[in-house]
Amino acid sequence: MQFIKPLKFFILASLLVFPILFNQIGMSFYLDLATRLCILAIAAVGLNLILGYGGMISFGHAAYLGLGAYAVGIPAHHWLYGGLDFLATTNGFVHILIAIAISGLFALLTGLICLKTKGVYFIMITMAFSQMAYYLFVSIEEYGGDDGLVINTRSEIPLINLDDPIQMFLVSFSSLIFFMWLVHLITKSNFGLILSGIKDNEARMVSLGYNVYFHKLIAFIFSGIICGFAGVLLGNFTTFISPEMIDWSRSGELMFMVILGGVATVMGPLFGAIVFVILEEVLSSITIYWHLPFGLLLITVVLFFRGGLSSLFSK
Amino acid sequence: MDYTLLLIQVLNGLQLGVLLFLVASGLTLVFGILDFVNLAHGSIYMLGAFVCASLTYALDSYLLAVILALPIIGIIGYVFEVFLARPLYSRDHLDHVLGTFGAILVIDTIAHLIWGPAGIAIPLPNYLDGQIKISENIELPTFRVLIIIVGLLAAFGLLWLVNFTRLGMLIRAGASNRTMVSALGIDIRTLFAIVFAIGATLAGMAGMLIAPITEASLGMGNNVIITAFVVIIVGGIGSVKGALVAALLIGLIDTLGRAFLDDFFKIFMSTAAAENSAPAISSMSIYLIMALILSFKPNGLFPPRLR
Repeated sequence: MQFIKPLKFFILASLLVFPILFNQIGMSFYLDLATRLCILAIAAVGLNLILGYGGMISFGHAAYLGLGAYAVGIPAHHWLYGGLDFLATTNGFVHILIAIAISGLFALLTGLICLKTKGVYFIMITMAFSQMAYYLFVSIEEYGGDDGLVINTRSEIPLINLDDPIQMFLVSFSSLIFFMWLVHLITKSNFGLILSGIKDNEARMVSLGYNVYFHKLIAFIFSGIICGFAGVLLGNFTTFISPEMIDWSRSGELMFMVILGGVATVMGPLFGAIVFVILEEVLSSITIYWHLPFGLLLITVVLFFRGGLSSLFSK
Repeated sequence: MDYTLLLIQVLNGLQLGVLLFLVASGLTLVFGILDFVNLAHGSIYMLGAFVCASLTYALDSYLLAVILALPIIGIIGYVFEVFLARPLYSRDHLDHVLGTFGAILVIDTIAHLIWGPAGIAIPLPNYLDGQIKISENIELPTFRVLIIIVGLLAAFGLLWLVNFTRLGMLIRAGASNRTMVSALGIDIRTLFAIVFAIGATLAGMAGMLIAPITEASLGMGNNVIITAFVVIIVGGIGSVKGALVAALLIGLIDTLGRAFLDDFFKIFMSTAAAENSAPAISSMSIYLIMALILSFKPNGLFPPRLR
């Protein structure tokens, strides 16, 4: 186990250094790719908290990415085009606060219902609620409906200029490190131990006197907020926010990252995101029908490789 | 209130309901009996529509196309079971979800390659394309009435098959104790494959029935599958009867909500506010109903008995 640590450090360091180097020699494409990778990895870290450590298989986490992105898009939209003055702002802190509040609230309300159920019910209900968010944004014409929302501005944070691709990348990268560290802390804490206890044997935790429902709900909300934060970055990165972000195939891709990387590991979501983004890039440059090889690969992984990439590394 | 409009909308709601039932019944059967989650069920619904469309143009007859397409979809379902579903039965639900998610990507892309990105409309023969005159000023579209009748026949056929035939008895026995059934000399694997094929055929049939109205298109499977999930969650996963009740309920609520919610909101809101909020609320209505029902009955309206 010990020899892996330098390897992990090496991966993180190259993720930080190479995109910037490439950008300096004029290949800004790789910087964009790395920024997207970091943002998706944050969302995967958030999902891993409940899926990996808590055993709650949520198929609806793209909803939080979308909510976070709209928390940037809607205030920016009103700031640009008027209406709803109390909401109109480009202040990044306000965007983040809205994103945290909305994704936390959405997680609380849906979690209250989802967490009463288990297994397949839970998978399907999380999926249904994210689809509800999808249809909600499709039906609001003010914010572009199906076509999405184009904002020609980004969140303003003191001393940071998100319009600069390198700073955008650095913010995403450091957020990723922060959330990986935060989730690591959570899982090592008393709370995290209770959570994995629930994953292993829920009945035992109930009889030991823990309030299982409450602990799961808190983890569910935390996980939603992390993905909501990733959504804020995603909205700033693309400046184009559409219901497509909430589509359930996005949720499926997030799950793919977490599972492929290896559940319940600190680095797993990052590995998964790296593999996913590279696969997507390579396959879609070969053929526009890249979903075909990707789907076949997914089936192969499920049928023949269990435990994800992390298990290969730690052998 | 305009009663003709109400009648038409109720009919549309019923039509959506029976189609949802055809999709959801396969899902709920496969889950209830095989404990298998099949996300790719919607893709089979889509395949039904596309295969039927191609056959309609090849044979120049919609009816013949449906008759021929049904067994084709059944065979596709059988093959799907043998190659993808069967190896996953012993795994947990997470693997089912990921594996069938991969299958969706594969099936959708293959459909894209074969039939192209645009939808394909299916022309109806004249005798199905008309209206049925009920009274002086009420006319109902023949085909929609036909969909409802066919759907209900399929629903009761399925209930009869599961509850009153030898095959149904074996299926129920296999669901409660598969080891015992196979020890008694029944080929349980073929039996399960048959169940899977029945479910696929029903979903394909729903696709064939809706295609002349909406046309066969690439996204149709993924649109229907989540609603079908809502149906089986509300009905109780594994219960065919629950799926029927919930499908009709969801179909009616969704259709009537879209049609009349803004009028209803205008009673206690300004017209502008009603017109702004009604589409948003009605698009969420079925999920809100699901949330409401689940907060009282976490296992759905007709939870199957524990086994």
